[in-house]
Amino acid sequence: MSASQPIAGAPAAQDGRMPSGGANPTCRRAPKPCHGIARGILLFLVAGCSFHARAGAQTTPLRWGGDAEGGAPYQFQDPRDPGRIIGFEVEIADAVARILGRPAEFVQNQWDGLVPGLERGNYDMIISGLEITPDRAEVIAFSRPYYITFEQVAVRKGNESIRSLEDCTGKTVGTLKGSLAQRILEARPGIDVRSYDGQVNAYEDLMNGRLDAVLMDHIIALYNVAPQPGLKMVGRPEGRLEYGIGIRKEDTRLLAEVNRALGEMISSGELRSILERWGIWTELCGDYFLDHSPGNQRPVAFEDYLAARQASRSVWDRIRQYASYLPLLGKGAVVTLELSALAMVLAVCLGLLLALTRLHAPAALRLLCGAYIELIRGTPLLIQLFLIFYGLPHAGIRLSPMLAAILGLALNYSAYEAENYRAGIQSIPRTQMEAALALGMTRIQALRYVIVPQAVRLVIPPMTNDFIALLKDSSLVSVITMVELTKSYSQLASIHYDYLGIGLLAAAMYFLIGLPFVRLARQAERYFSPEHRAFLVGGKQRQAGE
Amino acid sequence: MAERIIEISGLKKSFHGHPVLRGIDLMVASSQLTALIGSSGCGKSTLLRCLNGLEVFDEGRIRVGSLCLEMHHGQARTAHDHRRITHELRGMVGMVFQSFNLFPHMTTFDNIARPPVIVRRVPQELARDEAMRLLEKVGLREKAGHYPDQLSGGQQQRAAIARALAMKPKVLLYDEPTSALDPGLVDEVLEVMKELDGEGITQVVVTHEMRFARDVADKIVFMSDGLVVEEGDPANIFSDPADPRTRQFLRRFL
Ligand SMILES: Nc1ncnc2c1ncn2[C@@H]1O[C@H](COP(=O)(O)OP(=O)(O)O)[C@@H](O)[C@H]1O
Ligand SMILES: [Mg+2]
Repeated sequence: MSASQPIAGAPAAQDGRMPSGGANPTCRRAPKPCHGIARGILLFLVAGCSFHARAGAQTTPLRWGGDAEGGAPYQFQDPRDPGRIIGFEVEIADAVARILGRPAEFVQNQWDGLVPGLERGNYDMIISGLEITPDRAEVIAFSRPYYITFEQVAVRKGNESIRSLEDCTGKTVGTLKGSLAQRILEARPGIDVRSYDGQVNAYEDLMNGRLDAVLMDHIIALYNVAPQPGLKMVGRPEGRLEYGIGIRKEDTRLLAEVNRALGEMISSGELRSILERWGIWTELCGDYFLDHSPGNQRPVAFEDYLAARQASRSVWDRIRQYASYLPLLGKGAVVTLELSALAMVLAVCLGLLLALTRLHAPAALRLLCGAYIELIRGTPLLIQLFLIFYGLPHAGIRLSPMLAAILGLALNYSAYEAENYRAGIQSIPRTQMEAALALGMTRIQALRYVIVPQAVRLVIPPMTNDFIALLKDSSLVSVITMVELTKSYSQLASIHYDYLGIGLLAAAMYFLIGLPFVRLARQAERYFSPEHRAFLVGGKQRQAGE
Repeated sequence: MAERIIEISGLKKSFHGHPVLRGIDLMVASSQLTALIGSSGCGKSTLLRCLNGLEVFDEGRIRVGSLCLEMHHGQARTAHDHRRITHELRGMVGMVFQSFNLFPHMTTFDNIARPPVIVRRVPQELARDEAMRLLEKVGLREKAGHYPDQLSGGQQQRAAIARALAMKPKVLLYDEPTSALDPGLVDEVLEVMKELDGEGITQVVVTHEMRFARDVADKIVFMSDGLVVEEGDPANIFSDPADPRTRQFLRRFL
């Protein structure tokens, strides 16, 4: 492993596909989910199960999976235009697709879930700094390597005590979880190893002194150290690792085609040219590609990246910068709101049904409902989401991310709403049911016209509070590849190295979305209070007297 | 004497092995007002609740009009349509509770106008007209749009009577309709019941208002310890009770 790692605790992203044009390396568009409530409902009704037709036609897009959150230089959102995804792997994918005569289509997927996503059929291949290891090679097939790199130590400038890996004994060293670097560090006694989910966080901790050194793939070190005046790389190359394109084992034809395309790119010099543009062509690559001719390309993409990161900013620039995040965050916020609203509506309906069943159905059903409620309330939402999204496909039920997210949240909250309703219904005096029955209503009519309407009034305030809680809990669905507000935040933060400012912006958005509902809860409470009813009487009276 | 609209025979009911009704035999004549009296805990409420199926009895037989419920050893004789009969019974027998039990989320008007629409599918217009007529009758026309908690106890109980009447029952049962009221509000409720007497509806009233029972009721039934001890003409019972238990009970009131 190596490379583009997800940011702590927030892997995933959207199942959004983006067509990418031929060779132009920067023409990729970020997911443009034209979310609307209508789309949500549509997803709900139609996209229950997503089928991926795997036609053999040459015009079928070549879908490749990667994690744009992993950072530069693999595939990442263009700091100048967060709507675009750029990176050397984007250019390799485009070149391969062009040679195969198919349009390339990028599918965002969190790094952790790339292999399951491939097996799930979400995309045809993985290009995401995936190191070829024996473990992985048992599960999926790898193309020939398209890049060779090594591990590199980085320290703070001015720290002369660490000049190589050997000097790290007794020090605190950060690396990426599950990477070759981690294996190297752990093989050496006396090093306090801290493993991270995301590269950015590790280098930030190096800057602020939490770490003495960081050991990561050379290209990661390069892209994180170069823009930081306070950091430097030290020591010689450690280890050797190869990135390969991951393909399903049974897809032997695609494997052969990809290998052919890579071969063509190597012999024509196109691959070298891409790597040089990104400033990552090393001697090691020269050895592997048997190409020791002097370089002829300036690392323009690398320089561009550095310029974008180092651009000194005036206050006005910063404001403009933050304003430029708003569309992406706003899109995330819309998804969050949509998702939460649909989930809550479902949760309330289901919760009412559960409460009524638990109170009024035959004993066996009552028991079943009680067990369901306790089970749901006694297990973490995160695990429920994983079960629904990654577990159910093993039982043949494959839900789209949106549907899985709504369902997961709805099922979870239905248990809480059921308890709300149960408390509400139970607090209606028994004599109300008797009065309704005495008037000749059936039990169901009594519930529908007499008991439940009274319970609803009691339940609206806690229900609104639950909705606000759900709104915030919805951030968890980023783990099942939904790009909502929290995911948008972590994506933006990881490319702009700004967890504070963008974090405050995202928090403010959650706050703003929740605010109307807080007020709604207050209003509902007031509306159903006896004092307010006195106010209503005038109107009702006219209606009754007509 | 008029047709007997209610016939109860051998009615027994116990709660957790404790007998509350120990063999009630009782006839109620159609279109009359029957006052059911007796000391607290003697089973009056339980008897009324058996009459409209809110309580399931153990033994005996209840007939109301053409509907008949019969129980034997806690099992319904007519098991297969016991539920249907109970439901139909409630259509024929209305109930007014001590604590009114109006629906607090509906206006007074809706309390009266909606149940017929829900239960009988009476057309909206008809139900509205009928509700206004009944509100007028119980003197609450101007309270139509108020919610129950904005009415006095007496007004609430009158609204509850109107709500029961809207279902057009043949029989109306009252379980201590004035016991929860301030003394000053009792008469307005009794007045409504008095007015209804003679309009064709059969009323069975559990009450502690002995003056009302004596002056208005067509018949008095005195219960003691789960049994009907004495029944008859108010004048006779009040002036010359036959049973010592009746005499002792009445002494406390008169
Ligand atoms: N649901 C019940 N469960 C147990 N005991 C009851 C229940 N309802 C009534 N009883 C008992 O039955 C007896 C008669 O009650 P009730 O019919 O309410 O008397 P009354 O209305 O004449 O005062 C009382 O001793 C009361 O405690
Ligand atoms: Mg009683």
